[in-house]
Amino acid sequence: MNFDLTDTQRMLQDTAARLIRERYGFEERNRILASTDGFSREIWAVFAELGLLGVEIAEEYGGIGGDFQDLAIVLDAFGRGLVVEPFIPTVVLGAGLISAAGTPEQKETILPKVAEGQTFLALAHGEPKSRYTLAHVETKAVRSDDGYILTGAKSVVLGGDCADIFIVSARTSGATTDTDGISLFLVERGSPGVEIRAYPNVDGTRAAEVTLEGVHVKAGELLGPEGGAYPLIEQAVDRGIAAVCAEAIGVMAALNDITLDFLKTRTQFGVPIGSFQVLQHRMVDLVVAQEQATSLAILAADRANAADAKDRARAVSAAKVLVGRNGRLVGQDAIQMHGGIGITKEYTAGHYFKRLTMIDRSFGDTDHHLARFATL
Amino acid sequence: MDLRFTAEELGFAEEVRSWVRANLAHSTRDKVLNAKKLSKQDYLDWHASLNERGWIVPAWSKEHGGTGWTAIQKHLFDEVLSEEGAPEIPAFSVKMIGPVLIAFANEEQKAHYLPRIRSGEDWWCQGFSEPGSGSDLASLRTKAVLDGDHWVVNGQKTWTTMAQYADMIFCLCRTDPTAKKQMGISMLLIDMKTPGITVRPIITIDGAHEVNEVFFDDVRVPAANLVGEVNKGWDYAKFLLSHERTGIARVGRSKRELLRLKQIAQKELSDGVPLAQVPAFRDKIANLEIDLMALEISGLRMLSAAQAGKAPGAEANMLKIKGSEIQQRLTELMMEAVGPYALPFNPAARNLDWNGEPIGPDYAASFAPDYFNYRKTSIYGGSNEIQRNILAKAKLGL
Repeated sequence: MNFDLTDTQRMLQDTAARLIRERYGFEERNRILASTDGFSREIWAVFAELGLLGVEIAEEYGGIGGDFQDLAIVLDAFGRGLVVEPFIPTVVLGAGLISAAGTPEQKETILPKVAEGQTFLALAHGEPKSRYTLAHVETKAVRSDDGYILTGAKSVVLGGDCADIFIVSARTSGATTDTDGISLFLVERGSPGVEIRAYPNVDGTRAAEVTLEGVHVKAGELLGPEGGAYPLIEQAVDRGIAAVCAEAIGVMAALNDITLDFLKTRTQFGVPIGSFQVLQHRMVDLVVAQEQATSLAILAADRANAADAKDRARAVSAAKVLVGRNGRLVGQDAIQMHGGIGITKEYTAGHYFKRLTMIDRSFGDTDHHLARFATL
Repeated sequence: MDLRFTAEELGFAEEVRSWVRANLAHSTRDKVLNAKKLSKQDYLDWHASLNERGWIVPAWSKEHGGTGWTAIQKHLFDEVLSEEGAPEIPAFSVKMIGPVLIAFANEEQKAHYLPRIRSGEDWWCQGFSEPGSGSDLASLRTKAVLDGDHWVVNGQKTWTTMAQYADMIFCLCRTDPTAKKQMGISMLLIDMKTPGITVRPIITIDGAHEVNEVFFDDVRVPAANLVGEVNKGWDYAKFLLSHERTGIARVGRSKRELLRLKQIAQKELSDGVPLAQVPAFRDKIANLEIDLMALEISGLRMLSAAQAGKAPGAEANMLKIKGSEIQQRLTELMMEAVGPYALPFNPAARNLDWNGEPIGPDYAASFAPDYFNYRKTSIYGGSNEIQRNILAKAKLGL
């Protein structure tokens, strides 16, 4: 048992922190958000150059071959900088799924390009009626001569605005909420019948509604076993959860720093407001909340790739609950202690609050994961 | 980073476990696991067993009988003892005054007291709080005046846990009334049999007798019983309290009690459904379990830092806050779990040898009393508000 960072992890931490400090300030981020794409392809190339996109990709496919803890360190730094680039959709979900289930040919074709920053991926799984139920798949895949024909609608596809390849879940057999009978397909952007409605999310990340109307995919685009993709999807989403938890810890840390600094510098009644005990105790509770959430985010990252699905699910659901609950506390109290400035667009705190709030809406909210944890 | 225990660490835990199973009296274990009353002798017997094995003072330096274990081993040791239903050895001797004596006492005092702490010959209690000095401990007024080769002590201590069993009390006394309040305090070691000491029980709302008032009326204490230097007692008290905070989270105990809560929630039915499956109650348990998981890892992170040579800082105060809250929520859910059977007050049922007919489930009698009793956890050892004051100042610089 030890919580020390390895040399590689320390290096990653330094690299990512420097990148955020030097290239991802609040003004720079505002410029990125206002750009046409809503994210920066230039900074994405820098991620690639620094090896951040290939942290977890095997060396034979152009990555570093690290583990999820390494990824979590990068995500923590991205949380502090409120990075809006589609790192989780492409690297954690997309590349993770292809590494886990891809044929050697699929890996060879896609993973090196992800590591180099040339390909964006997105997991198109959620549907208008699925909410957080992972087995709810209405999209149909019907066999054709040389492959499958996909029809259905996918909603709030994170990173769907820019994805070059979508990993689409579709039902090859079974009823709407059966865990059996779900398959995954690689669908290229621009394939006939694919319609993409891209939009920004309230936290500055981006997503899309994706409609599939008789989309032809070849048999070779099936990812993983036909009808047996549910465990892969569950694992991918659990990894997504561990990722947003790691990111949320960075968000909370940065926001608590901002709030603490405000308490020390804002004066009212002739003294810094941080001299008032009512605010001191509140601030302490936020730091305790951050520490507690950090502990479970570390656990979630440790178990994100665990072979034992139950062990993994317990850890990530526990972390998601605490990050949701404590993230809400840290966000809401930060705003309250700031006063009006906290809800202005030109000030940083509100943007951290928005990201924390949207993290709770992603991959299952606090209530969803509390119920999952309790019934495991 | 590696969150799993090593094979060596797990092997150590198993060694401790099998030893505890072979050496802890079954009647004592049953009392602990079922929240029955422990007698003074139960504590003394267990103390003697641990001492015989050389495990009574793991945290002390090796020359004074410590085990030389790593921080992780000490954690595993505490955890296994909790899981197996061992009584918690009261902190006052081995965790409080022992380390103070090792750090600040003279050789004669160490040679006299340390072996008696290890053997259990002296039962110690703590003379800190006074009726007018709770959170503002440094305002204490019990005074000691030097008269020849004796200190003459007059005043009153309160909330003195298990003073009714104690042979010795370590006592903060005002020895310089003219100095600034922290500067005029000394620590005296006082034999509880000295004439002029009166112990009066305080009965808490659960009906228990754990705490007492201790009155000092011209109590003559040999000058040789002063710890360290005169008027330096506040420094020793701070040192002692910093030792008390580690371990105060009581994670092992809470894990054991959570398991018990889950078992009881399986037995208790609501509309014919086990309470453990009723969403409102199920979610309360789940939230508590998640907080406890986080607390455990927070504690391990602190241990890991300690292992790497970093002194435990303000993090220990966080553990105290969360640990006490979790203990309180556990007692609350236990009480909720038995529904209306929380009402009957039947203290006799808490004696292991009581043979009467239980009112309701045989486990129900302790829950409401323990709920009331455990309000103490966020008050003692520095109230949670004091912990927040310390954190605000020391960690946040406010």
